[in-house]
Amino acid sequence: MASDRIFGLVVLMTALAYIASATQIQTSFLADPVGPKAFPILVGAVAALSSLVLIFRPDDEPEWPAIRTFGSLLVAIIVLVGYAYALRPFGFIVPTAIAAAILSYQISPRALPAALTGVGLSVGLFLLFKYALGLGLVPFPKEFFG
Amino acid sequence: MDILTNLGIGFEIALSPFTLMLAIIGCFLGTIIGALPGLGPSNGVAILIPLTFTIGLDATSALVLMTAVYYGAMYGGRISSILLNIPGDEPALMTTLDGYPMAKQGRAGDALVLSGVASFVGAFLATIGLMLLAPTLARVAFLFGPAEYFALYLLAFCTLGGMASNNQAKSAIASCIGLGIAMIGVDNSSGLPRLTGGNLHLMDGVDFLVAIVGLFAIAEVFFFIESHGKGSSIGVKLDKVTIPWRDIMSTKWTMLRASGLGFFAGILPGAGASLGSFLAYMSEKSIAGEDGGFGTGVPKGIAAPEAGNNAAAGGALVPMLTLGVPGSGTTAVLLALLMTLNITPGPTLFTERPEVVWGLIASLLIANFVLLLMNVPMVKIFVRVLQVPAWILLPGVTMISFVGIFSLSGSHFDLILMVGFGVLGYFLRKLDVPTVPVILGILLGGNMEDALRRAMVLSDGDFIFLFSSPIALGLWIAAILGFVAPMFLRGVLKKPQAITD
Repeated sequence: MASDRIFGLVVLMTALAYIASATQIQTSFLADPVGPKAFPILVGAVAALSSLVLIFRPDDEPEWPAIRTFGSLLVAIIVLVGYAYALRPFGFIVPTAIAAAILSYQISPRALPAALTGVGLSVGLFLLFKYALGLGLVPFPKEFFG
Repeated sequence: MDILTNLGIGFEIALSPFTLMLAIIGCFLGTIIGALPGLGPSNGVAILIPLTFTIGLDATSALVLMTAVYYGAMYGGRISSILLNIPGDEPALMTTLDGYPMAKQGRAGDALVLSGVASFVGAFLATIGLMLLAPTLARVAFLFGPAEYFALYLLAFCTLGGMASNNQAKSAIASCIGLGIAMIGVDNSSGLPRLTGGNLHLMDGVDFLVAIVGLFAIAEVFFFIESHGKGSSIGVKLDKVTIPWRDIMSTKWTMLRASGLGFFAGILPGAGASLGSFLAYMSEKSIAGEDGGFGTGVPKGIAAPEAGNNAAAGGALVPMLTLGVPGSGTTAVLLALLMTLNITPGPTLFTERPEVVWGLIASLLIANFVLLLMNVPMVKIFVRVLQVPAWILLPGVTMISFVGIFSLSGSHFDLILMVGFGVLGYFLRKLDVPTVPVILGILLGGNMEDALRRAMVLSDGDFIFLFSSPIALGLWIAAILGFVAPMFLRGVLKKPQAITD
């Protein structure tokens, strides 16, 4: 119940904000009868209407995981975002090994297999991408080798 | 005769050693992807698209490779359904109903072979159907103007939304999320940026590949973290694999009927493979009656959904190729592939680039035979794949997704966006909001708006024009029915729940 209501509210707010920003779209002098604003506003309006349905007639509550699981999900998200930033400056091998190991640990919390998975995946995928598929990956940052 | 000549051109392309090799690799990869729990056809194809694009295959080759993966994943999906009771994706759910009980009775091998043969029958007949029907439909599609296309896109959202969720409001929201995202970027007609919030990265819009990989693959990782990869160990034994001729012969009419139904369901824009396997299973169940023993592990209960599911996969290619409207989640992903390769699906595809269409059809015919060979005598190899633990598999999937998206654009912005879509996908699925309409919205949003605006230019702003032709009117009625009818049919069309131990 509550989840759907909250979701409905979030959608409603987003839809209204979306409509508001759609009204700010610049129109050019080459205007067609519909223009660039109408369709986004229409989409926003349909979303807003549907969100009202959710707020007033919510479905049953889904099964949310325990707080601890949310903790590991949050860790996973942080790791993935960090990985996204690290990929260019630090090369492929090291960030991939670390990120894969942490993800593996989040799924099955055993340190040694997780570490091995990280290293194995990182080196294995690098060889696969670089030599079998010919992608231009950088294994280590250039500074490592002066 | 036209068909034979065209098929000749197709086979010339498909039988070239390189294309043949790609088809076989695709079948192999696809079966593995389908068999792995947690990886279905849609996310499997999704993570491979960026890679296919970066290794620089030409359009026909890439299309052959990916559709072979698609067909392969449809075949492979039954392996985890039967042995683990875990459907790789929604259409495979029906196969678990009788497949898993049969495997528990010690007949896992029989169930695998029987379902492999049923998959072959369904997919093969559907490919023939595609060959016969698609060119005709492509000719009809020439009659479609912007008003008809607008109604057609609407129909796709309505039927997909109607079928995909238990709550119409939620699927409408999902479609709107997709359409709303599609609007971001430079407006096609005026050339001015829209809704970018001043962010330079968003000027080009949100790449649909980023959204697809995020919603399908990254969200899956979060689900595995939540469940800690439990329930992915094999509970049944697989001894010797022999061919159960008696079961195959006794289910031949079931397979044919199920293929017909599945193909028909696949053609409906937006309905897709889930509906195909569902209709096939339920109709066979009512034909067999109470004494049929459906749900206890009978051969017909395995043959029907598998034939229906694979026939629907072939049928779904018909609207995708002729009209550019996908019939299921995976065909939506294949549409994304076509758009990445700069191929515009639609009637002109058949006249201007026959080598792509017919090369594809010929490759699908070949792929079917390859898959039958892989899935019957060699099924044990794929069963091995199931033993890859989730804590190796899922990090691997994530890293492949990252490399794929990273090699497309080389910017961390797309990667962050992908993670964002993963989080969005997790919450949407938790709240029972279907994610396929989101993808469809991102893919079709631009075209849908263009169709509307062109229709309005033609009619000088008169909205009646949208309903002015019989085709458009028919599509509007079908769209409204497709959206409203499931609300009333929900009691009748209740999906059987997966059995638990």
